Amino acid sequence: MVNRVVVGAHYGLRDWLVQRVTAVVMALYCVTVAALLLLQSRPGYDAWTGLFSGQPMRTFTLLFLLSLFYHAWIGIRDIVMDYVKPAGVRLVIHVLVILVLLLYVIWSVQILWGM
Amino acid sequence: MKFKIYRYNPDVDAEPYMQDYDLDIEAGDKMLLDAILLLKEQDDSLSLRKSCREGVCGSDAMNINGRNGLACITPLSSLSEPVTLRPLPGLPVIRDLIVDMTQFFKQYHSIKPYLINNDPPPETERLQSPEQREHLNGLYECILCGCCTTSCPSFWWNPDKFVGPAGLLQAYRFIADTRDHATSERLDDLEDPYRLFRCHTIMNCADVCPKELNPTNAIGSIKDLMVKRMV
Repeated sequence: MVNRVVVGAHYGLRDWLVQRVTAVVMALYCVTVAALLLLQSRPGYDAWTGLFSGQPMRTFTLLFLLSLFYHAWIGIRDIVMDYVKPAGVRLVIHVLVILVLLLYVIWSVQILWGM
Repeated sequence: MKFKIYRYNPDVDAEPYMQDYDLDIEAGDKMLLDAILLLKEQDDSLSLRKSCREGVCGSDAMNINGRNGLACITPLSSLSEPVTLRPLPGLPVIRDLIVDMTQFFKQYHSIKPYLINNDPPPETERLQSPEQREHLNGLYECILCGCCTTSCPSFWWNPDKFVGPAGLLQAYRFIADTRDHATSERLDDLEDPYRLFRCHTIMNCADVCPKELNPTNAIGSIKDLMVKRMV
């Protein structure tokens, strides 16, 4: 293979857009959780488990975590693209990051619905 | 006034060094370039590019007290001492304050900085309405001095792949031009994780531009058009 500077992968817009949308989801979730915590008259373990026992809160939390993982994927991929130059090593790291994030998704579902 | 100037002559010096200069000059309404030219009379080995000395040619872009700018339109009175002058960051130094701008112009040329219009040329000019022409304001004034691109960390990191703010401003200048018919191809060309999307809105470009242009804004407009095209 010749060594050429190659650009023109024709993607990037969707990820850029997704990063913005997921940021909004995360911001909304943080504000919501902060508000719920402040409104809690007697904060403690019972209040916490009560909060996360309802389906809407669990679903919103999963949405938040999915947003976080997708957001993190784009950010970490950008860092790897900047710092890791050999394409082979980069591909391996990309795959590993994706696998770890997928594991986190499964783990999140287990935590949220396993209580 | 005291000056500290980056010196490097690859034929003689093993590595770059900072040289101190003292110049008897009243700041008044003089510009930095006036002072550098007086210093050059003292020491004619001091090398820099300059031409129009009024902020139009963009030759004397340099790093002035840590900030990129044009020496010819930077008032001496605005500078704190010692005035530290370095070449533009992120590009190879040819000698002293002169950098090799090959990579910068390569990126500029990659966006096809000319009108693409396959219609037969009209008898007179290709006309625009005043409103259409209005869109080019803040874009066409770029003098390609390189202050913005060489202050951009994304360009420092990927100068071979990221077009950089100056090139992207020009890309939008042609996208925004109603006489250009290649908008779709231009957007296709920039839809790339490196060429456009290495911009992380750091905004050093808009901060340093000596013509007070805003490449970040132009980059945002390109992204807006891409979104509009996609949804």
